[in-house]
Amino acid sequence: MLEVKNLKLFYGDNEALHGINLEFKDKQITALIGPSGCGKSTLLRTLNRMHDDNQNVRIEGLVSLDGKDIYQKDTDLLDLRKNVGMVFQQPIAFPMSVYNNVAYGLQVAGIKDKAALDAAVEKSLKQAALWDEVKDMLDKSGLSLSGGQQQRLCIARALAVEPEILLLDEPTSALDPISANKVEETLVSLKGKYTMVAVTHNMQQAARISDWTAFMMNGDLVEYGKTKEMFISPKEQRTDDYLNGRFG
Amino acid sequence: MKQKYEELLGRSITGISITIICILVFSILYFVGAKGISMFVSGDGSIVDFLTGTQWDPGDGLVGALPMLVTSLMVTLTSALIASPLALILAIYVSEVSESKLAQFIQPLIEVLVGIPSVVYGLLGLEVFVPMVRNAFGGTGFSILTGVMVLTLMILPTVTSLMIDGLKAVPKHYRTASLALGATQLQTINRIVLKAARPALLTAIIFGMTRAFGEALAVQMVIGNVLVMPGSLLSQGSTLTSTLTMGIGNTILGTLPNNALWSLALVLLIMALFFNILIRLVGRGGDN
Repeated sequence: MLEVKNLKLFYGDNEALHGINLEFKDKQITALIGPSGCGKSTLLRTLNRMHDDNQNVRIEGLVSLDGKDIYQKDTDLLDLRKNVGMVFQQPIAFPMSVYNNVAYGLQVAGIKDKAALDAAVEKSLKQAALWDEVKDMLDKSGLSLSGGQQQRLCIARALAVEPEILLLDEPTSALDPISANKVEETLVSLKGKYTMVAVTHNMQQAARISDWTAFMMNGDLVEYGKTKEMFISPKEQRTDDYLNGRFG
Repeated sequence: MKQKYEELLGRSITGISITIICILVFSILYFVGAKGISMFVSGDGSIVDFLTGTQWDPGDGLVGALPMLVTSLMVTLTSALIASPLALILAIYVSEVSESKLAQFIQPLIEVLVGIPSVVYGLLGLEVFVPMVRNAFGGTGFSILTGVMVLTLMILPTVTSLMIDGLKAVPKHYRTASLALGATQLQTINRIVLKAARPALLTAIIFGMTRAFGEALAVQMVIGNVLVMPGSLLSQGSTLTSTLTMGIGNTILGTLPNNALWSLALVLLIMALFFNILIRLVGRGGDN
């Protein structure tokens, strides 16, 4: 169970998130939507502490995973990031073979058993709906795959370390519509196994794949609810304006 | 109409420039090539003697260039061997430990060092390394080792600077993605960054070797300039380039001693081309 309570984030003196309260539902997809600069990507990155390397960032409030504050001093950052996987906007296949791309997270964790790696690679690629396309070319460079395949490779890579949560930062915005569609199908097929949080600029995508939607504006959470209800009858005027393109 | 004229003018200027450069390059290749083989064509010296002989005294018809070839390769490879790991460590520090103030200070410093003329490194070698080697190992202090020390110092900034550029060219999101999978910074550098930057890093090393192989002045000042087959790093020696610079002013155009030096120049040219092709091949390796 992933939850944020009164979460504030500062870039220097500038408050970018103004006390967010949000409970992400287990094993479902929550979409974070809102105009550019509203703080949705910033919020996503607090969930696996990707801001840690930026010394200019200060965080207040609580992010708890299974009842444990992930910003506590004794949190093992490497464990956290294995448990909370992340897929980025740009498909980032590493310059190595398809196999090693998927096995990377396990290899850096010190797993050397070939059989275990083989099994994890196959399972993850199957979950990411990429296995049939790459099973005969596991030794080929990950960079030789198409953009859509690379993005599913990134999903497989994140799944290989068996996370509980999968964070997706605009996972299809750099892809063509057909590849994007495949990635969406993959994400939908992962419901029930992983808790997913997806930042997206694409309203239709949010409507298609997500169960819950959080609408953000200027660092505030404006509305949070079931996707179906929110898209049909939003409670807030601002949400209504945004969903109907009357915004800005 | 005006656009057409500008287009024509632009094409003419670039066309003329390209033609001039091509003519220059081919002239140099032809001139050095023709001069370089004239000794073998005239029969004054044989190519077998040139490549395998160990006696160099063109005045007496002895044109064995092997000692110089060996010495040149020895100083080049040894200095690259010492400089490359040091450069890599420095480059990783500057490029990957970006938070540190020191790192931001080191890079401009290294770039200044790149621009220092080689004669300054030679002087430094003469004043610092020669006495150092003399005190440590005895003898005069002029030796291949001293040459290696000077060259190492000289190519270190070049190699480091190129390596920094190579590491910084690795997309930042490679690092982010690796960290997001639970890898440590060291693992990320080791498994991702160095791998992605490998062609650039190899190019940097080869570039350093090119510079070391072609350097005449700084080496000539400290190596002793004795034309014998080197027995060890502590022997005195003479490289291709230092022999050339020492000898070219003292020979008469068209004579065997002069032509023999041109043959050395041809070897240098061929090596330069070889290094160049190597850099291109290594660079291309990164595209796949």
